Amino acid sequence: MATVDTAAPNAAPAHTGGHYTTTGLDNRKIAIWAFIGSECMLFTSLISTYLIYKGRSLVGPFPHEQWTDPATGKVFPAILDIPVTSASTFVLLMSSLAMVLAHDAVVNADNPNRKSWQSSKLWLGMTALLGAVFLGFQAYEFTSFVHEGLTIRTNLFGSSFFTLTGFHGAHVTAGVIWLLSLLAIDFKRGLTPRDELAVDMAALYWHFVDVVWIVIFTLVYLIQ
Amino acid sequence: MATTVAAPAYAPAHSEEATGLWSWLTTVDHKRIGILYLFTSLFFFVWGGVEAAIIRAQLAAPNLNVVSADTYNQIFTMHGTTMVFLAIMPLSAAFFNLLIPLQVGARDVAFPRLNAFSYWIYLLGGIFISLPVFFHAAPDGGWFGYTPLTTKAHSPGINIDFWVIGLQILGISTLAASFNFITTIVNMRAPGMNMMRMPMFTWNTFVVQFLVLLAFPVITIALQFLIFDRFFGTNFYTTAAGADPLLWQHLFWIFGHPEVYILILPAFGLVSEVIPTFSRKPIFGYPVMVYATVLIGFLGFGVWAHHMFSVGMGPIADSVFSLTTMLIAIPTGVKIFNWISTMWGGALNFTTAMKFAVALVGMFTVGGISGVMHSSPPADLQQTDTYFIVAHFHYVLFGGSMFGLFAGVYHYFPKFSGRLMSEKLGNWSFWIMFLGMNLTFFPMHYSGLLGMPRRIYTYDADQGYTLFNQLSTLGTTILIVGIALTLHNLGRSWRKGERAGNDPWGAGTLEWSIPSPPPDYNFAELPNVTSRYPLWDVKAPELTREVPHTEAGDRRLGIGGPQAVTNGHEMGEVHVNPTAGSAHAGEGAPVMANAAASARRLPTAKELGIPMPNPSIMPLVCATGVVVMFCGLLFLGKSMATGVGIMILGALWWVASLYNWLTTPLEDAH
Amino acid sequence: MAHEPRNTATGHAPDAHHHPHHPSAGTYVKVGLLLTVITIIEVYAYYVPAWVAHWSFVPSLLIMSAVKFLIVVSVYMHLKYDHRLFRALFVGPFVVAALTLIGLMFLFGHLSIRLGLLA
Repeated sequence: MATVDTAAPNAAPAHTGGHYTTTGLDNRKIAIWAFIGSECMLFTSLISTYLIYKGRSLVGPFPHEQWTDPATGKVFPAILDIPVTSASTFVLLMSSLAMVLAHDAVVNADNPNRKSWQSSKLWLGMTALLGAVFLGFQAYEFTSFVHEGLTIRTNLFGSSFFTLTGFHGAHVTAGVIWLLSLLAIDFKRGLTPRDELAVDMAALYWHFVDVVWIVIFTLVYLIQ
Repeated sequence: MATTVAAPAYAPAHSEEATGLWSWLTTVDHKRIGILYLFTSLFFFVWGGVEAAIIRAQLAAPNLNVVSADTYNQIFTMHGTTMVFLAIMPLSAAFFNLLIPLQVGARDVAFPRLNAFSYWIYLLGGIFISLPVFFHAAPDGGWFGYTPLTTKAHSPGINIDFWVIGLQILGISTLAASFNFITTIVNMRAPGMNMMRMPMFTWNTFVVQFLVLLAFPVITIALQFLIFDRFFGTNFYTTAAGADPLLWQHLFWIFGHPEVYILILPAFGLVSEVIPTFSRKPIFGYPVMVYATVLIGFLGFGVWAHHMFSVGMGPIADSVFSLTTMLIAIPTGVKIFNWISTMWGGALNFTTAMKFAVALVGMFTVGGISGVMHSSPPADLQQTDTYFIVAHFHYVLFGGSMFGLFAGVYHYFPKFSGRLMSEKLGNWSFWIMFLGMNLTFFPMHYSGLLGMPRRIYTYDADQGYTLFNQLSTLGTTILIVGIALTLHNLGRSWRKGERAGNDPWGAGTLEWSIPSPPPDYNFAELPNVTSRYPLWDVKAPELTREVPHTEAGDRRLGIGGPQAVTNGHEMGEVHVNPTAGSAHAGEGAPVMANAAASARRLPTAKELGIPMPNPSIMPLVCATGVVVMFCGLLFLGKSMATGVGIMILGALWWVASLYNWLTTPLEDAH
Repeated sequence: MAHEPRNTATGHAPDAHHHPHHPSAGTYVKVGLLLTVITIIEVYAYYVPAWVAHWSFVPSLLIMSAVKFLIVVSVYMHLKYDHRLFRALFVGPFVVAALTLIGLMFLFGHLSIRLGLLA
């Protein structure tokens, strides 16, 4: 106990940044998982509010039912556009696939046997592009809703819907900026397996944003 | 090789560039950030205290008009907001910063610059939310900001805008710190510092950070809804549009109840360090203490609606939340009994820190028992929104949190200043505070049970509240004297207190094994920890005979495996100076450091070859950008273009500084 | 690991798997296909009035959504292959979040328990 031992150091693995860590894991990866845990609560609050206010709007338009304005007699059809959203959902899903392929390409960047399609530039660019397409769909959806008479002020559905999907869209936007920054680094000096962690962190964030959309798509769009 | 060597005694040898204002603005050293947190939060504590004094002056006699009713609303709102978000939480954060790396045997926190960022956001957010007091525009909706009172329809002024935006800013600080400390505690522990060897303060901090991690996103969203309602006309809290007035209350208390534990657990942690030290006994039932803390953390998320029994949630919800509330008293009670058992049969040494710690055990129990009374809905219906509740949570927050934090201040001051606080002044301060605190808050039980409502501006002479209110106001006066003595003691001891050695109290944990104040790298060699009380193992092995000295790490988390990776530096045994600065049971006054030894100089990090993080101004620049972005919201009402312009400017500002920050390596290449 | 510090954590093997074993690109594509198929079934279900009217509609959608969630989290976010600390950091908050959501649904009357005695 008070006796003394030699604690001879081992070589520091590159991914710990050259510092001693208790678990041998990188600090940044622990932090990003803690951040994702925190984001679970953030989106739970948003989704809960949407569900609590579901069916409580006093006036339309409504998500799944048609509504006739008693004052003007104007008919508002059910506002959610399932085909368009299904397409954007598919796009976001594919962006997750592109993201794992980008990660795979970075891990194999020094591998002499890697295939020509295992290019981190290709897949990072593809992920960011698909993310941008998703945002384009969302912009289209939001503008068409406004044209049909649903704004963030119209009713409880409008407030909670735009806020929930808007928060998700903001997360996607941040993710696209993050991916483009990685892409810029890739073009500048090339990403190598040493950058695995940097790509992995962006990937974890990106996939998390994707799983949130999986939940939103079911709870908001499909369940009536 | 690295034998139990005498640590070089410390001579404060600051170089020029290490002491100027710029060095404080750019510091990333957890100890300096901790000191910044300490003094800023004490400043806000005084600020909140002045607000409390105004409240008590207004209520000193029936039908007084010390301040206008309108001002009174602002004062009690800001008293709560200041004490919770600007005084107690950051005072706890001061101790997280000062102690966590030292207790786990690390050279800094996991993300030193993020740590500085947390502090600057806190400071700027605190200024943001406090300044409007001078313009008679302070928030006036209560610290809980219930809607629909705080919606634009009912609070059209700018007051509530400061509150929602200010809290949003402060939340960023707290959340950033939680990622930082979770990572630090998980991943920066010295070799052998298993989870079940961590000091109790570290454990309490660990649980608190998870509470922050999960509770703060909820208030973020609730506040965001309110911001949208107030600035963009959404309907989240607009009852006329069918909104549920309970939505805010639920979201707020899902945050608010864990927040209660965020306020109290750090104080529990400090007391769990103080009591074993001054009882000369390891803490009683360490594993049970740990499980109790974790259990409090989990159950803390399942009791929120007990703040809302009076809104009529129905018998099932009332019963469930009543039950969980009674359940959570069990782990809390376990802690109380463990502290008592720790003291039982110990060689007690009643220093000022110990007095505050023991006072916490007593006073928190009083507040805890009145808390359990509220867990029964029928009783709660009588007590809710009366001064009885005010009495309850002040016993918990003043008698609990503040006493615990004062115990921490007295206990740890020598570690960070290298000087001892005056025990004589401390003793006076403690007894005056103890008297003042009880005289202030105990009569509130009676005025509450007589029916005096919370937040009431004034009362009539025939309502029977006069005597109790006079006692409370008298108590506040006494309390102020006691607090002033401690603050005076702090300032005086900072400059000319007696020199403290490494370990003035004869404590058993790692932070006392290094010089006071610690050098910027903390540990010249990372310690190799073999039990919960590594220092007692060396200095007083008879105290730790019952403490397990297992050799194995914690398998379940894959932690404690022999990844002895130190970048070419070796890890040694705990450094102690067995001659300097140890106090033994019964010897009374702490022994001073050897004055002759203190002339020797500590080696710098450079001489030791320890890579230290470079100072950076980016955390401050980035924090300023964030605050500017939020300020833009305030201008939206006046001119859309100005508001949006400021927000875009702020956003570009912090994003640009963030890029600079991320692309600048933390330390020089080595 | 010849130079282990003898007085820490002897007696069990070091955690040698710092780097998670990542699945191959082919696995990723297959998983992507599986996710697509589930999504197609979900959307298809929405357009079958008989299914929508049936009691099984909501549960089946929730299950499909949960399966997709689980697949992405365990394979794409490689929690299945990664250090269990990360699993704990995700599952813990997720459980608290899920219980909070369920609690709120009860409190706002979207879910209810029928108790004969109280009815």
